[in-house]
Amino acid sequence: MDSSQFAEILQLKPLHEGIKNIEVKGVYIGDLLSIVMSKAKENYVWITIQTHMNIVAVAQLLDLSCIIVVEGMEVEKDTLEKAKELGIPIFSTTESAYQLALRLSDMGIK
Amino acid sequence: MGDRFLKRYSYTVIANDFMLAGKGASSIKSNLKSLGINASIIRKTAIISYEAEINIAIHSYGGKIHCDIYENKIVIICEDIGPGISDVDMAFTEGFSTATERVRELGFGAGMGLPNIKKYSDRLEIKTDSSGTKITVTVCL
Repeated sequence: MDSSQFAEILQLKPLHEGIKNIEVKGVYIGDLLSIVMSKAKENYVWITIQTHMNIVAVAQLLDLSCIIVVEGMEVEKDTLEKAKELGIPIFSTTESAYQLALRLSDMGIK
Repeated sequence: MGDRFLKRYSYTVIANDFMLAGKGASSIKSNLKSLGINASIIRKTAIISYEAEINIAIHSYGGKIHCDIYENKIVIICEDIGPGISDVDMAFTEGFSTATERVRELGFGAGMGLPNIKKYSDRLEIKTDSSGTKITVTVCL
């Protein structure tokens, strides 16, 4: 799916313009990086409230499909630059992780 | 397959620079990818080297990670300078962490670093004293 279409359906704000196709095989919600490292898999959407640059390293190492920052947390400029450089889509929403999970479920992602 | 040594990738980890940590793991990952190594081995090696990098950045005064590629295995050697791990058994206990509050707020220090390294490795050796820690991890191909 095109990432702008993905953002529209889930009412997300794309945080950089590097648009690419998003393939979604699953979802992982978590803020403790080591647990995300161990549990999230390739092409998973990662929902978190962490915003610092290391989240991009985690997403890149695991080949995650994108990062969605919830609760309207503001993402650091360095994080966005790094995400853009590595082609990792990053979105934000004012909704909670749970509300977003329901939307993903409505989209057919179980 | 024999155990012939093929290649070494090395990188330096700077103490407290945990924002950039993951850079070395990411370069190891792309090197392994270009060697055509299978995806599940790459995942294991990436997780091990990421956790080792974060550990060195948070807990030591700096160190190095070497990733040695052999025909039949990958050996990741993580060496750091002091202060060492005072209780190794506790350090391998899931959820146990000595990381500071500030580091934990950033999502590090979950107490899953060494347990994750152990989980994804086929063999693990650890030597630690007040001058530093050396962890040698093997992933079989």
